[in-house]
Amino acid sequence: MASVSKRVAVITFPGSNCDDDCAHVLGDVLGHHVERVWHKETALPEGCDAVCIPGGFSYGDYLRSGAIARFSPIMEAVIAFAQRGGRVIGICNGFQILLESGLLEGAMLHNASGKFICKPVHLKVNRKDSTFTQAVSVDRPLVIPIAHMEGNWTCDDETWARLEQSGQILLQYCDEHGDVGAEHNPNGARGNVAGLLNAQGNVLGMMPHPERYAEGILGGEDGKMLFESMLGSIR
Amino acid sequence: MRAIVEVMLNPKVLDPQGKAVEGALANMGMSAVCGVRVGKRIELEIAEGLTQEEARSQVEEAADKLLANPVIETWSVTWQA
Repeated sequence: MASVSKRVAVITFPGSNCDDDCAHVLGDVLGHHVERVWHKETALPEGCDAVCIPGGFSYGDYLRSGAIARFSPIMEAVIAFAQRGGRVIGICNGFQILLESGLLEGAMLHNASGKFICKPVHLKVNRKDSTFTQAVSVDRPLVIPIAHMEGNWTCDDETWARLEQSGQILLQYCDEHGDVGAEHNPNGARGNVAGLLNAQGNVLGMMPHPERYAEGILGGEDGKMLFESMLGSIR
Repeated sequence: MRAIVEVMLNPKVLDPQGKAVEGALANMGMSAVCGVRVGKRIELEIAEGLTQEEARSQVEEAADKLLANPVIETWSVTWQA
């Protein structure tokens, strides 16, 4: 249980389906104050400490996943919040929305296999000094499940070089020993990217679902450490 | 007036949907086909009273900002009277 309760906004778009799970973990499991925010709102709740954009199929993935949600009224407030340094985590479809909104770089393609993939994966944590990993207390790779059709993240060579150089590649698909070989890449994402930071380090997009592995009874608790990191870093 | 926007994945980008269609065509014995890429066709009805220039600039903005993602896609427009 967090020592100091924070206010976290969980955004719901038409077609979001992991919003209840995120609210449950942030509120019931971690003891924070959760504000549910409908996408038609134009402002975030007053005193909001962090924003969670959950997974799902906003607008049925019409056009491209995340493309239409990016223009929902609440997104202007989310973008302004992120630009002021506010913490934003986008999970799965939330990651896709952050890419479409320009808060994160690159774009998402269909999985190289053409298949929907739903299974726990190993994730290499490339740095523990980030806003989202500072409470990670283990030296092994994290285990968190993925569940997506479009997680094949890509970018051009110049962008890749810059992201890698600046430590924005936070989480990479790997094996249980932390090897990031292509054979451990479930979806074809460039550089095995599973989680990506913005340049300022206050926005994280990730394909795996930390809210699904935040209680032992559900199979694992590694996901909890990412939420604890994000909220524990707020003064 | 109508604008037809065609959106295609950038040629450098793998198209798993096209690959799946290509595989199905091969299963059907369509040996004439040696490659498939799948894109989108979006038809925009244009309001009356706009100049061609006004319509063109808005359609191009729509294509750049929403209809296509320039990181992975290209688009083209054709106009119908």
